[in-house]
Amino acid sequence: MSKPTDTLQVSVWRGAEAGEFQVFDVPRLPSQTVLDVVTYIQRNLDETVSYRFACRVGMCGSCAMTVNGVARWTCRTHVDKVVGDDGRLELAPLANLPVIKDLVCDMRPFFDKWARARGYFSPTQTREDDFARISPQSKQRKNVEAGIECIGCGVCYASCDVVSWRPDYLGPAALNRAWTLVNDPRDGARLERLQAIAGDGGCLACHTHMSCTERCPKQIAPTASIAGLKRATALATLKGEL
Amino acid sequence: MSARTDTRLWLAQRISAMVLGACVLVHIVTILYAMHGGLTAAEILARTHGSWTVAAFYAVFVAAVAVHAPIGLRAVLAEWLGLRGAATDWILLLAGVALAVWGFRAVWAVVA
Repeated sequence: MSKPTDTLQVSVWRGAEAGEFQVFDVPRLPSQTVLDVVTYIQRNLDETVSYRFACRVGMCGSCAMTVNGVARWTCRTHVDKVVGDDGRLELAPLANLPVIKDLVCDMRPFFDKWARARGYFSPTQTREDDFARISPQSKQRKNVEAGIECIGCGVCYASCDVVSWRPDYLGPAALNRAWTLVNDPRDGARLERLQAIAGDGGCLACHTHMSCTERCPKQIAPTASIAGLKRATALATLKGEL
Repeated sequence: MSARTDTRLWLAQRISAMVLGACVLVHIVTILYAMHGGLTAAEILARTHGSWTVAAFYAVFVAAVAVHAPIGLRAVLAEWLGLRGAATDWILLLAGVALAVWGFRAVWAVVA
């Protein structure tokens, strides 16, 4: 095996929807993350490079980019994991979202779809009511448990083939959130939510390619959540509720 | 299209797929078995004529195809060519009817 190069050739997307890759030489260091590489470029080589990050430790979900063709959190991706001995690294903004500038994309369509999927809690009780009692062993609580840790980074959305084919598709994250709420006995908008996610561009459009499940940095399986929504909408339709 | 109609189409697509899965299997196994001894087309037709079992089986097969194909094409047209809307739906409905007519004509020719 040849020795890894001590310099990385980093191609960074410059521009908005139209643009081109610009190549930077960056020193290769031990335990270096892809976010470290972008930060090095911005601080030392070209201060006009735009990118987004906040926590640097995989909590906020803001630093997701397309790294060598695959959507990833750059803060939790070590260079050694994605760069071969040739030292080449390609960084682009997340796919399936409008590009604002360089590595920054507009997340509004992504979050608008959360709202369209009614990915928000609709309470049925007031502060005067007693706590809801939900068994941790109940099937519904386990379903919520499986999907609730999503931090909305957009990696699944950028990886989804169906989103790239039909821009009105709600996408894995919004549907996963809807599924956690469909399983929440305290929520009062189950039918409205099923209606929101059953129509055109809803859960039934999923092809079960499972790219979302494969790429999710939180190891959530949105495909399973979407399958749950398909069952729930099918049952609701058969019962005449939808 | 409404959430209810979309879900009904999706259910019809899934159920017809299950029916098709069984039908295709029975159809292929039967053909392999029938051709094993080297039967001619005329000999096969002599056996299928007047058979209500064959008629019923292939009528179900054709019905499943007529339901399944247009709904699947609808998704393909929407996703790959961006074609959607009432006009596309009417053309697909016509395609489904055409498949049913040709299919039932073929069933009739085999059993009548």
